[in-house]
Amino acid sequence: MTQEKILEPVVGVNGNMITVEYSGRIMQNEVAYAAVGDARIKCEVIRVRGKYADLQVFESTNGLKVGDMVEFTGELLSVELGPGLLTQVYDGLQNPLPLLAEKSGFFLQRGIYLRALDREKLWHFTPIAQAGDKVIPGDRIGFVMEGVVKHYIMIPMRWQGEFIIDSITAEGDYTIDDCMAQVKNAAGEISKVTMTQHWPVKIPIADYAEKLLPETPLITCQRTIDTFFPVATGGTFCTPGPFGAGKTVLQHAISQNAEADVVVIAACGERAGEVVEILREYPDLTDPRTGRSLMDRSIIICNTSSMPVSAREASVYTAVTLAEYYRQMGLNTLLLADSTSRWAQALREMSGRLEEIPGEEAFPAYLESLIASFYERAGLVRLRSGETGSITIGGSVSPAGGNFEEPVTQATLKVVGAFLGLSRERSDARRYPAIHPLDSWSKYPSIVDKKQLDYARGILHRGSEVNQMMKVIGEEGTAMDDFIVYLKSEFLDYTYLQQNTFDAIDGATPAERQRSMFNDVYEVLQTPFTFDDKEEARKFFLKLRQLFTDRNYMAMDGDEYREQSETIKNTISGGSRKDA
Amino acid sequence: MRKVYHKIIKISGNVITVEAEGAAYNELAEVTSARGVSLAQVIRLDGNQVSLQVFAGARGISTGDQIRFLGREMTVSGSDALLGRVFNGRGVPRDNRPEVTDDATAIGTPSVNPAKRIIPRNMIRTNIPMIDVFNTLVESQKLPIFSVAGEPYNELLARIALQAEVDVIILGGMGLKYDDYLIFKRTLDEHGALSRTVMFIHTAADPVVECLLVPDMSLAVAESYALKGKRVLVLLTDMTNFADALKEIAVTMEQIPATRGYPGDLYSQLAGRYEKAVDFDSAGSITILAVTTMPGDDVTHPVPDNTGYITEGQFYLKGGRIEPFGSLSRLKQQVNGRTRSDHRAIMDAMIRLFSDYRSTLEKQSMGFRMSAWDEKLLKYGKRFENEMMDLSVNISLENALDLGWEILADCFDRNEVGIKTDLIEEYWPEKA
Repeated sequence: MTQEKILEPVVGVNGNMITVEYSGRIMQNEVAYAAVGDARIKCEVIRVRGKYADLQVFESTNGLKVGDMVEFTGELLSVELGPGLLTQVYDGLQNPLPLLAEKSGFFLQRGIYLRALDREKLWHFTPIAQAGDKVIPGDRIGFVMEGVVKHYIMIPMRWQGEFIIDSITAEGDYTIDDCMAQVKNAAGEISKVTMTQHWPVKIPIADYAEKLLPETPLITCQRTIDTFFPVATGGTFCTPGPFGAGKTVLQHAISQNAEADVVVIAACGERAGEVVEILREYPDLTDPRTGRSLMDRSIIICNTSSMPVSAREASVYTAVTLAEYYRQMGLNTLLLADSTSRWAQALREMSGRLEEIPGEEAFPAYLESLIASFYERAGLVRLRSGETGSITIGGSVSPAGGNFEEPVTQATLKVVGAFLGLSRERSDARRYPAIHPLDSWSKYPSIVDKKQLDYARGILHRGSEVNQMMKVIGEEGTAMDDFIVYLKSEFLDYTYLQQNTFDAIDGATPAERQRSMFNDVYEVLQTPFTFDDKEEARKFFLKLRQLFTDRNYMAMDGDEYREQSETIKNTISGGSRKDA
Repeated sequence: MRKVYHKIIKISGNVITVEAEGAAYNELAEVTSARGVSLAQVIRLDGNQVSLQVFAGARGISTGDQIRFLGREMTVSGSDALLGRVFNGRGVPRDNRPEVTDDATAIGTPSVNPAKRIIPRNMIRTNIPMIDVFNTLVESQKLPIFSVAGEPYNELLARIALQAEVDVIILGGMGLKYDDYLIFKRTLDEHGALSRTVMFIHTAADPVVECLLVPDMSLAVAESYALKGKRVLVLLTDMTNFADALKEIAVTMEQIPATRGYPGDLYSQLAGRYEKAVDFDSAGSITILAVTTMPGDDVTHPVPDNTGYITEGQFYLKGGRIEPFGSLSRLKQQVNGRTRSDHRAIMDAMIRLFSDYRSTLEKQSMGFRMSAWDEKLLKYGKRFENEMMDLSVNISLENALDLGWEILADCFDRNEVGIKTDLIEEYWPEKA
């Protein structure tokens, strides 16, 4: 399709929004390029009104003049999909940042757009389809190995209709642009299939047989999450919290330890420093499941707070589209978006420039439906090939003033399956992870027995009540039984809920160890201890706490661990024997 | 010769609108009025209507005044000749010495490519235990001091600046009281630091639009020094005034306010400045310490709230002390694992116990009998406040850690402090 270039003039500039007066045909969300001097900067149509179209500009608009020309492409904002996405670091528009650094140095110069995938690299292609096969878009014709991932090459999902494979390339090493197959449509037209394809980011990839109910836990090795507030494979969760409560540290811990095949990290409007930590540290960390570098299973989309705001809006869509693409390979992908509030703010900024009637706190009225449709792109699906694949989405939320009543948190809570609320109170007391054990909830099944879990939750609730009561009536006025419940809840908090992310052993507790630990803790919780006075009770629990905490730092298969477990057993029975 | 425009059709606040052709977004212009010549900057284009914010304020501008577009954006010199000098928000000397124009660089440059940053590795020692032990300051960190009017935040800023080992100090003053400016100048002078300092000072008496330029000017200069391999410390005080100036312009431009009148892009605006803090791969670094005064001591006010999400922690200055709760250095994990093996344990344990002490204080104030444990906490809390928190304490990190163990051992038994047994065995001081 060769089209004439459509060029239209700029008539207004307002921050990162430009207004264009058009005469030709214009599509909503179409990509266009504005010419500023020598640079061409990327924009997207966001509103058409009368003879004017408003475009959000993905770069700084400095220097743009009335009368400058804008070139329309007739394409929606898309990403390139194909082998080589893993280990990459992209900005919100899928520009590879390390390559950009080679080209333009320390700073992100505007108007430079590079190809997302390496076109020189050779991939070993193995065909699985044959000439004469009938195929439809999304069907697999072969695969290449991308690290440990079996990366299927497909008939581009954007195509329409049925095709017959005319010829297919033999096994061998090829670049992404080499022709892997020629297919013929009903009209007899021949098209070439390469290893890559494009997909518009704002439209979900819906090429699967059915959506299933997410029920298997996604192990994150974080005890509070897996045991108390589990996340299901294909589920959604959010982690709202005031600043400094540890949202990002928690997200990093999850991204490192979660048992997912592919992890897409969308650093959206947050600090660049956080991304740098990932960039510099992940290559040296090993993924315990494959023994390879953590980077090998990661894709990072990085549009930090000082990078252009409109690209921030696009970045979460870019991220989820990449996750969907790997789901199509039959993989379990995890998308972590930090933070969805910054994305919502980007929407708000643009809505303000469009002078739309504002909703609550000046967020646009369509905020809720956008958040809902974003999280709905998560899910466990059965693909047409019969395999299952999933996307689990975890979004952090940064509520203004730490107040969960604000629109972004509320809209998010409506659509997620688990709420891991971080609290200032807990982070101030250095009780990390600061997930509030009473306020948080999850609709997914836990890895431990439900009855025992409910019992433990009960202790936490009553412990907190007793603590409140003690503040009013004092410790001396508190009944011994209540006091013991309080001590038990504190014990559970210290030894199980709190976890030191920065320790190699304590920072990641696999499911098996969690079950074993939880059994021990549960035993303490349900043992009816008796003590002569409160001081004795406190001393006993402090001792027990020390024993458990020390054990949390021991490798599970060592002698030390076994000895410590023995001591713990004796101490517990020693405490309860007094009772007899 | 550039064309001169005369047709000013709107004057509102500090923003004027003129009918003109060919003006570029963000371009500078000169406005000549009866009051003299002032710089202005294009902030909106709408057909042939060009809106400009006038740095010297729109007061006294008439509808027939002259506007000449300069065809360039705001620039500042990045040369070494700036050292020891004082400028206003527009970069005009305040010290009656000649202008510096060589080596001009644009302000408000694009963001640093995250791939060109490195993980900060160097601790900045301040000899203030509340910082060194509990919330370590790290080179290339961006950190605000949250405070309220009347607290000694500028003194704290100056003290950290003088103790920190950096090559260049850049002071950006926004809405600064003239007295405070003189105090800064004197303090830096007394310690012989003036010759490695550049100051951009906007005082409370100067036009408000100039205030908007101060962070960009300061950071642009910092950037050009850092690219030459210098370690630069930028002090910004007070960023709340900067945010208020943003608000003023936004309201004049009839933008829809988000919260409490502040524009919806407050977060991005603040982030654009704070994110200039950087440790360059194979060049120097920029560390930013800023003061954010909280109106009504309210941390949920939009300015401190947005700041807190952007910066890598904050120091919460209250009652003349750095509060352990609310204060945070997000980068401390990068360095405190390599200082001394007990650093993290002491940091966590002492804060946890101090939090318990605070609840005990509450109980005490309600008149409850104190248990033996409460008595221990009370003793501990007092010592902690006097020997650790007080800003007059000036001891090295190592001495502060030793002092921490000494206080713990004085107040508690070994298994009451919640520290791993092996560390207790290594560091727990034997009672004499």
